[in-house]
Amino acid sequence: MDEERYEVRLSGSGGQGIILAAVILAEAAGIYEGHHVCQAQSYGPEARGGKCKAEVVISDNPIDYPKVTQQDMLLAMNQAACDAYFFDFKPNGLLLVDSTLVEQLPTSRVVAIPFTQIAREKTGKAITANMVALGAIAHLCPLVKLKSMESALKIRVPKDTRDMNLEALKAGAKAARAINLASLPRSIIPQEEEEI
Amino acid sequence: MASNRKKKTVLLQGNEAIVEGALAAGCRFFAGYPITPASEINELMSAKLPGLGGTFIQMEDEIASLGAVIGASLAGVKSLTATSGPGFSLMQENLGYACIAEVPCVIVNVMRGGPSTGLPTSPAQGDVLQARWGTHGDHPIVVMAVSSVSDCFSVTVNAFNISEKYRVPVIILSDEVVAHTRETITLSTPETVEVVDRITPNVPPEWYLPYEDNSRGVPPMAAMGDGYRHHVTGLIHDAHGYPTQRPKEVEAFTRRQFRKITNGFYEIQQVKKFHMDDAEIAVIAYGAVSRSAHRAVVRAREQGIKAGLLQLITLFPFPKTAVVSALRQCNTVMIPEMNMGQISREIKRVNQEKTKIIKHNRIDGQFITPDEIYDKLLRE
Repeated sequence: MDEERYEVRLSGSGGQGIILAAVILAEAAGIYEGHHVCQAQSYGPEARGGKCKAEVVISDNPIDYPKVTQQDMLLAMNQAACDAYFFDFKPNGLLLVDSTLVEQLPTSRVVAIPFTQIAREKTGKAITANMVALGAIAHLCPLVKLKSMESALKIRVPKDTRDMNLEALKAGAKAARAINLASLPRSIIPQEEEEI
Repeated sequence: MASNRKKKTVLLQGNEAIVEGALAAGCRFFAGYPITPASEINELMSAKLPGLGGTFIQMEDEIASLGAVIGASLAGVKSLTATSGPGFSLMQENLGYACIAEVPCVIVNVMRGGPSTGLPTSPAQGDVLQARWGTHGDHPIVVMAVSSVSDCFSVTVNAFNISEKYRVPVIILSDEVVAHTRETITLSTPETVEVVDRITPNVPPEWYLPYEDNSRGVPPMAAMGDGYRHHVTGLIHDAHGYPTQRPKEVEAFTRRQFRKITNGFYEIQQVKKFHMDDAEIAVIAYGAVSRSAHRAVVRAREQGIKAGLLQLITLFPFPKTAVVSALRQCNTVMIPEMNMGQISREIKRVNQEKTKIIKHNRIDGQFITPDEIYDKLLRE
């Protein structure tokens, strides 16, 4: 719809660090890459559990409407979030799922990486799965470099967890690099239909 | 809150930008009671004020919060409180006191769904007319609306300046969307922020009349403890500040309250215009909704529709001049609001049924999307 906007939605359940991941992404894109960014979120009154989503809109022009209109990228950290937030996906968008927790995929334009499993193996803490996912986003989102993401992460996380989170971030980026994006269909709309 | 030293650009929430704006304007006192979605203002003030030599107090409720703010301001310190609908209702009594005693102060109301506890985590714009008329009695008041993080900074500075200059409480209406959306903002250095301070008396204490009229209608204000006799009351008072019921003095007092604000209309009534020069259909919006409206107007322009946006920053005193000129210029005016139609009442009042008005009201706790506005624009 609006080609100058790049819209990312991160979703999961409360407590998975979805909002922190979105803030780091926004900071990387806004402060370190110099784009205009808007980061918004919605969550229920629960402290943990419950659906949670956070959105980041990135653009080279000032951003008026601060929320997602059509997603260029959706991160789903569990099945419930994947089901709930897939609805306004762009035909050429990219779905990024934690394959440890998401089994049913609603589209073929999907990158499935076991974020939670990688987090357990690399840092011994499943809670760093959000940073693993962020590392994958750094590789897959054309507007943010891994280096900017690292700089933003260093400032946003508590000092004593910095190394652990950085390790998780790098593991995520590495896992994403191993994916062959060219093998994905270009659009989820079949070629014939698109031409009509 | 990370900062890049060179650029001084930071990623802030609307609530955090209000704090930065208040501190830049010279606010050094905050009393409040935390409430969703305004709590970040309380939180950040409690972290920042002590280091700046200021005072933060968490009060027992919102009535006391505004009471403390009024007291601090009378003592010469610029003061702020922040709340949401339920707390704003409690503040109405002391808000009237701030009006009649002419105490400068700024009150932030981050609107959420209501009435009562309503929808704590959802946006709404239901408190617009409460902000204008919530406290009883005939009184002028200034109400401003913010729509973005940069607005939150600049409007807050402005609110303090107007409050100090005219000795009037100023209400900033935010909403859940603006409050919690993070955007990059390049913070102005303290030297570049224009700050207005209240006029203090330059006469010897024995000559000072705390509520004496002058050409501006705004009497100089002595801080408590500065050696000036200063009697403050919620009763209508004479030039000495003592209660009076003499009709002439009562009328002069009330008329001065209105005159001082009317004199400042040009400065106080702020609006922003987008694509209005040749607009044939206008959207009039305020707060976060004006951002959806802007997107809709840009898309309508791409379709060749001559649409424009008039964004109201000041809601009261109602910016009649700007609204009437938009009404006269356009065939149709559309008013999207997250309430049943509070500003549209004002617009209809000044329209006198000459221009077609379409309302768009959303009251389900959800933010108005550009599509909703665009579709209605397309139909006209």
